[in-house]
Amino acid sequence: MEEKKSSKQILNELLAKHYADAKNAKEEGKPVVWSTSIAPQELLETMDVAVVYPENHAAAIGARKDASQFIASAESEGYSYDICSYARVNDGYANILYSEAENMPKPDMLFCCSNICMTVIKWYENIAKKFDIPVIFFDTPYSGSYQVDPSNVKFVEAQLEEAVTMLEGLTGRKFDYDRLKEVMQISNETASWWKKATDLAKNKPSPMNGFDMFNYMAPIVCFRGKESGRELFKIWYEELQERVEKGLGPWNDGTEEKYRVLWDGIACWPYLGVTYKVLKKHGINVVTSMYPESFALLYEQHTLAGMAEAYDSLYVLRNVDYAIDKYLNLSRDFQLDGGIFHSNRSCKGMAFKQFEIQRQMESQLGVPSVIFDGDQTDPSVFSEAQYETRVQALVEMMEARKGARR
Amino acid sequence: MSQAIELIRELSDAGASPKATIAKSMKETGKEAFGCFPIYVPEEIIYAAGYLPVGLWGGHPDIKRVDRYIQSFCCSIMRSNMEMGIRGDYDFLAGLVIPTYCDSMKAILANWWVAVPNAKPIPFSVIQNRASKGSLDFVLAQLATFRKAVGELRGEPVSDQAIEDAFALYEDYRAAMRAFTKAAARVPATITPTLRHLIIKAAYYIDKKVYTEKIKALNEALAAMPEERTEGPKVIVTGLLAEPESFLDLFTENGYAFMGDDLAQESRQFRTEARKEGTALERMAYRVLDQRGDTFYYEDDKSRGTMLKNMVKETGSDAVVVCMYKFCDPEEFDYPVYKKELDEAGIPILYLEIEQKMDSVESLRTRIQSFAEMLSLS
Ligand code: SF4
Ligand code: SF4
Repeated sequence: MEEKKSSKQILNELLAKHYADAKNAKEEGKPVVWSTSIAPQELLETMDVAVVYPENHAAAIGARKDASQFIASAESEGYSYDICSYARVNDGYANILYSEAENMPKPDMLFCCSNICMTVIKWYENIAKKFDIPVIFFDTPYSGSYQVDPSNVKFVEAQLEEAVTMLEGLTGRKFDYDRLKEVMQISNETASWWKKATDLAKNKPSPMNGFDMFNYMAPIVCFRGKESGRELFKIWYEELQERVEKGLGPWNDGTEEKYRVLWDGIACWPYLGVTYKVLKKHGINVVTSMYPESFALLYEQHTLAGMAEAYDSLYVLRNVDYAIDKYLNLSRDFQLDGGIFHSNRSCKGMAFKQFEIQRQMESQLGVPSVIFDGDQTDPSVFSEAQYETRVQALVEMMEARKGARR
Repeated sequence: MSQAIELIRELSDAGASPKATIAKSMKETGKEAFGCFPIYVPEEIIYAAGYLPVGLWGGHPDIKRVDRYIQSFCCSIMRSNMEMGIRGDYDFLAGLVIPTYCDSMKAILANWWVAVPNAKPIPFSVIQNRASKGSLDFVLAQLATFRKAVGELRGEPVSDQAIEDAFALYEDYRAAMRAFTKAAARVPATITPTLRHLIIKAAYYIDKKVYTEKIKALNEALAAMPEERTEGPKVIVTGLLAEPESFLDLFTENGYAFMGDDLAQESRQFRTEARKEGTALERMAYRVLDQRGDTFYYEDDKSRGTMLKNMVKETGSDAVVVCMYKFCDPEEFDYPVYKKELDEAGIPILYLEIEQKMDSVESLRTRIQSFAEMLSLS
């Protein structure tokens, strides 16, 4: 009897297939799209267009400690050291088109949704110019309020309609709205399994080692609209649920989950191992971050309008009260002992709110946290010594807090 | 000639001391001031509501308080503005608008609510995709929201007629500014790079009606002067802004002539003329949709390089000076793209990294000097 594959195995197979599919599409003369991570992939999936995700790709390059050559290539063109390193890596990759990590074929079209940041707007504009290819751009404007502004949603909806027309032009095929409904259904279910799985970390101890969540970020981006993705996250959920039932914590080597923390910001991909080991040494487990919610794109209505609303509702598009409420909820729901904030030099939009969020978590709920300097892919920013000292300080604060409660 | 000198002195002094100029303008007009963050905001609506719109383009405060909110890898305009906000420098403003042109601004807006709790900024959500069928409606919706918020602050709605009048005034101002940049290029020895900047900047602190009359008078006076030449290179300047004055002085000393600019703080504010048809609000919206070659608005053919090449050609310039404002992502992203295009066209580039608060511009002196020498030899 064939042994049941673990979600990890499936994940790796799917990722390999993901890049292979794009390569094959290119070789067969079919279009390949490069897309931002939280874009309306439903449209591409409906049209069965091959898509790859430069952010994930840059992360993979970063994790292999291979970013420097791409960064150097971008900088030789005049890219500043201050620009998001994903963009620099991707620009360098667009020049070189080969990496030891994974490979993306040259794109025929770009797909850019500004709901994660405004940096991607400039980034994709530049790549489009470099390759002289069109961009399908979804401008998701900022609502300076708690709730999303309806005029923003209308605007996004108009752009979704236009995207459909552009995709019909690219592929020479008609858009199938029935298929869209199916894809939306699948996407919603995948996102729900992702959310349910990551929510299991609310259990004490958490069945999930939080750095594992970083590994599952690539598939939630790449396979949200695919049946294979839905299956993967369902299996992951079941595995974690089984661990919960057996009372298993995050680690299999007997290390106990002593502290439960939130990790804020993207991982430090070139130092994934180091950042992880220092935490584990102290029994610190990352139980959550803002990513579970950001990737859990759920829509009530299975229409373009419903999609428009979902894609325009990310917390970064709303006011600071909304963001703070989210962090406070995470603190309560996941019974956090502390927080680790990655002051990511690449990601200004996220970084520049961290100090206030730290203060609010501390003052409203007494949750202590520390912040360390780093960068998601550029290896030149992070300092292991600083990280260790900060984590040590956090342990002391968390201990003091536990002591006070006892 | 003497009238020109008088006006140059008056306007450049006004541009050099924002605080005093704002105080004077408030006193003379009896209006309350309304702060406008960079880059572009619907000033016409603020003006129509009876406020004095004033530009908030940073400054050089000692940084003490902002480090509690924002890391050091943020542009100095936003760090300075935030510092001054917390310090209370803006307490005299009746209102404040913060738009969303980049990730840093969005973060500043978020922090402002907590860091400066008594000043409630009105956010202005900026469009990026201007080619959609929904674009016009979206901009109109943002203008309507903004108009409503300003009206509420003022205690009475902003009328259509007031907006029409304000818009007409602003169009007049913008036309006068376009004429000024042309006139200034004719007499670069009189309107040095430093003075040119200060005169343009003064518009951020003076009532537009008053300022427009003065700049028109200056344009006339300049037109009556004989054409001038300086011994240094003729250049087009591009970037967010060209400051501080000590930095511009280096160009002045080396005889540079600024033949035109593509600076967000200067010509990008007024280079796009409004369409002729439509209501004032529609024409305002179309000005946004029609602006080209501007890094602060997405543009799928990215025409800035072509635009700079054309500017060099039309003005007979020798080179492009890039004033790269440290940590300004949108500007930094554009540079590799237009650099390649200018390189290919054989147009020399002087790339200078600047911050508003530069302890010493001396390190740039040699570069500005030797660039001029290099050009004089070629
Ligand atoms: S890391 Fe931050 S700035 Fe860079 S693409 Fe992602 S969200 Fe945008
Ligand atoms: S980064 Fe540039 S556009 Fe953004 S606030 Fe700073 S100077 Fe302005």
